[in-house]
Amino acid sequence: MARPTTPTPEVRRAYVLGGNRIPFARAGGPYVRASNQDMLTAAIDGLVARYGLQGERIGEVAAGAVLKHSKDFNLTREAVLGSALSAETPAYDVQQACATGLETVVSLSNKIRLGQLESAIAGGVDSTSDAPIAVSNRLRRALLDLSRAKTVGQKLAAVAKIRPKDLAPVAPNTGEPRTHLSMGEHQALTTAQWEITQAAQDEVALASHQRLAAAYDSGFFDDLVTPFRGLTRDANLRADSSLEKLAKLKPAFGLGLDTPATMTAGNSTPLSDGASTVLLGSAEWAAAHDLVPLASLVDAEAGAVDFVHGDDGLLMAPAFAVPRLLARNGLTLDDLDYIEIHEAFAATVLTTLAAWESEEFGRTRLGLDGAFGTVDRAKLNVHGSSLAAGHPFAATGGRIVATISKELHRRKAASGSDAPVRALVSVCAAGGLGLTAILEAA
Amino acid sequence: MSDTYLNLVNSGFTKKVAKQLGLPQPSPLRRYEPGQPLLQGAVLVLGRGSESDALAGFLSSDWDLDVHRHATPGTRYSAVVLALTELTHPDQLSEPVLAVGAVLKELPKGARVVTVSRAPRADDAPAVAAARQGVDGLLRSLAKELRGGSTGNGVMLAAGVPVTAPSVVGALRFFLSTKSAFVDGQLLAVDSTAGTLPDDWAAPLAGRVAVVTGAARGIGASIADTLARDGATVVAVDVPAAGEQLVAVANRVRGTALQLDVTADDAGARILEHALQRHGRIDIVVHNAGITRDKLLANMTPDKWDSVLAVNIASQLRINEALLTSGDFTDAPRIVSLASTSGIAGNRGQTNYAASKGGVIGMVRATAPLLEAFGGTANAVAPGFIETEMTARIPAVTRQVARRLNSLQQGGQPVDVAETVAFLASPAAGGVVGRVLRVCGQNMVGQ
Repeated sequence: MARPTTPTPEVRRAYVLGGNRIPFARAGGPYVRASNQDMLTAAIDGLVARYGLQGERIGEVAAGAVLKHSKDFNLTREAVLGSALSAETPAYDVQQACATGLETVVSLSNKIRLGQLESAIAGGVDSTSDAPIAVSNRLRRALLDLSRAKTVGQKLAAVAKIRPKDLAPVAPNTGEPRTHLSMGEHQALTTAQWEITQAAQDEVALASHQRLAAAYDSGFFDDLVTPFRGLTRDANLRADSSLEKLAKLKPAFGLGLDTPATMTAGNSTPLSDGASTVLLGSAEWAAAHDLVPLASLVDAEAGAVDFVHGDDGLLMAPAFAVPRLLARNGLTLDDLDYIEIHEAFAATVLTTLAAWESEEFGRTRLGLDGAFGTVDRAKLNVHGSSLAAGHPFAATGGRIVATISKELHRRKAASGSDAPVRALVSVCAAGGLGLTAILEAA
Repeated sequence: MSDTYLNLVNSGFTKKVAKQLGLPQPSPLRRYEPGQPLLQGAVLVLGRGSESDALAGFLSSDWDLDVHRHATPGTRYSAVVLALTELTHPDQLSEPVLAVGAVLKELPKGARVVTVSRAPRADDAPAVAAARQGVDGLLRSLAKELRGGSTGNGVMLAAGVPVTAPSVVGALRFFLSTKSAFVDGQLLAVDSTAGTLPDDWAAPLAGRVAVVTGAARGIGASIADTLARDGATVVAVDVPAAGEQLVAVANRVRGTALQLDVTADDAGARILEHALQRHGRIDIVVHNAGITRDKLLANMTPDKWDSVLAVNIASQLRINEALLTSGDFTDAPRIVSLASTSGIAGNRGQTNYAASKGGVIGMVRATAPLLEAFGGTANAVAPGFIETEMTARIPAVTRQVARRLNSLQQGGQPVDVAETVAFLASPAAGGVVGRVLRVCGQNMVGQ
């Protein structure tokens, strides 16, 4: 008897069915005693409660954290075990700096698209309040030698290598390992390169706060956010912010450059704590669970720039990835109804837009006939973004995907038309990375 | 919320001291647990006539109870049912009432006395009306004489409602059971023969979808638990700010959480959309969300007055309007709304709250007829002093006094309110139309 041949899988759509996150807190705030596992578990449990998934065996849960304790090697699985989901739900951890959250959405969606999964939960979490603190390399080596030592002499020799200065703990920072510059200093270089003014950055920040506040006030987040530890809205949100107040803030980055320092605490994201989740599923799974598909993942493109040796800024990878992504899908910026560009800094958004509007950048760097295009600001970050909400690194992707998927569905339903409604999601990340995706309203 | 005093007077040396000093001696109340038998001993059914025979027959045959028609010396009856529907003159009260009196001293703790009588009407013959109204005074006084956590309640039938009508039987079962532990001295009217008895008394809400507002904590959380225990699928609703606790409740009852401000204009539409999309139907709505903003009227601010009225009554009216016009609230629907003894008897410093809760009573009375065509009802539950986070904030001495001011000499638990809500939400309560049932241990104030 001939062995059966395995079928070539057919690709189907994967849908965003909903999301849940906890409000984002500022570092040292209400979540100061909450671990990554606590926050991710709370975000999952809120999702379970909203969608009635108690005891459900989800196909797979993927999440991650950028600042991660080594004991959290199975962070996502541990969060699942502590949640109301079935303990038979598999899970894995992902780590791709600030792109972690979006990457979990992309990779799980692809598994659903290929038929490997019927349902999935994507997510991310980060705590800068409960960040791991490591010991120095010299102390670590001495302690490891000590653990391997068999004789008293070997043990004494190991201990003798320790010097008082080795005892100082090594706190985590957002510095790039190869340049030792912080992310803010890197962006300051790019900001100066593209001659972005503080006024322009403050306008982006103000719009972010005003739009996020309006979304909360209208009840938009009623089914996207679940309070945690007494916090009911993002702690960084300043509904009463103004250009005057923002203009008064002192520059925080780029102080050592020849050009004016323009980046302040007001137009940069603060260190944050928080977690987010996104429920994904096939059309069949959604129907069987009486859930409404909000949007589907059309395609995704990762990028990276050589910020170490080249001229490109650390956070400019999306400027290259998005043109490739749109070209592959036969789309232009005008075919998109919403543009979500993660506001690591207001200047990150503005330098990306400036690059796309530049004839020279378009010709020399993107290989186009001219400028890539102009983003209609009315389509940009319509319900606010990280400047207002805060940015717990790995949790940002889930926040953006859940928010814009709800908005896509709402717009499509209100239009009463079959015309596609699309959003672009762009997230920059440490290491010169970027991840971008297209979502389409279901 | 523990009651230290109750614990002290029920154990050891302090029990003796309390007895000698003549202090109030509240008895711990037995509450319902799944699998618990309806009664722990024989039931004495008193009263003459074919209707009392029919009732005794039903209890014996349908519920397999050990029914006695005359007191057997030496028997400790767990319940006494006074079947008085056929009274035509106050003279006829003597025999059954004195027969109850003869067994009172022998009742075990947590016993039940239930009267079944007819509601007096203006067109009754004067002697008939006197006899029927007499039951009211009798029952309320009898309930005040009972001790040891025993309660006395009555079912009052409208004209033409047979003693074995679903709601008569349903109410009787509720009063006999431990589910009515903190309901005392109450006469519940049964207005019609509507309603159906459940296939399984352990899951009377099987297949029903219930929305509970204010479900994140306290009484609302207990209502969600109790409706889920009775088989309902629960949509737990509370304001977004209470979302964390709401998640815990929704996950515990395996329902869904809906974060929503009930005062929003589209609250009714969003509740309907959620229930229908996610659960396919909507059968029960429990309006439990409520706030207090106490202030003497002389010092009342517009903000305090308006917010209480907006949350406690205006939101309910608006949500009910959406339910009634949806065309989807038509399968023996149930509205159960939380009133308060403050809304009946009044309470100093609570003009706003009492106006809203009095409003609830008027609202259910006027809403119930609109649902009758669908076999639906609207009723209210009026809690007295219930041990919650809210009452735990009352100053200690005031709280102690408030607890003792009822026949059971203690505060009720959230579950006592929840059990009463679950009964009124059940298919068996279809004949209870626009009524208020108090859960107050027969509080001394008001009716």
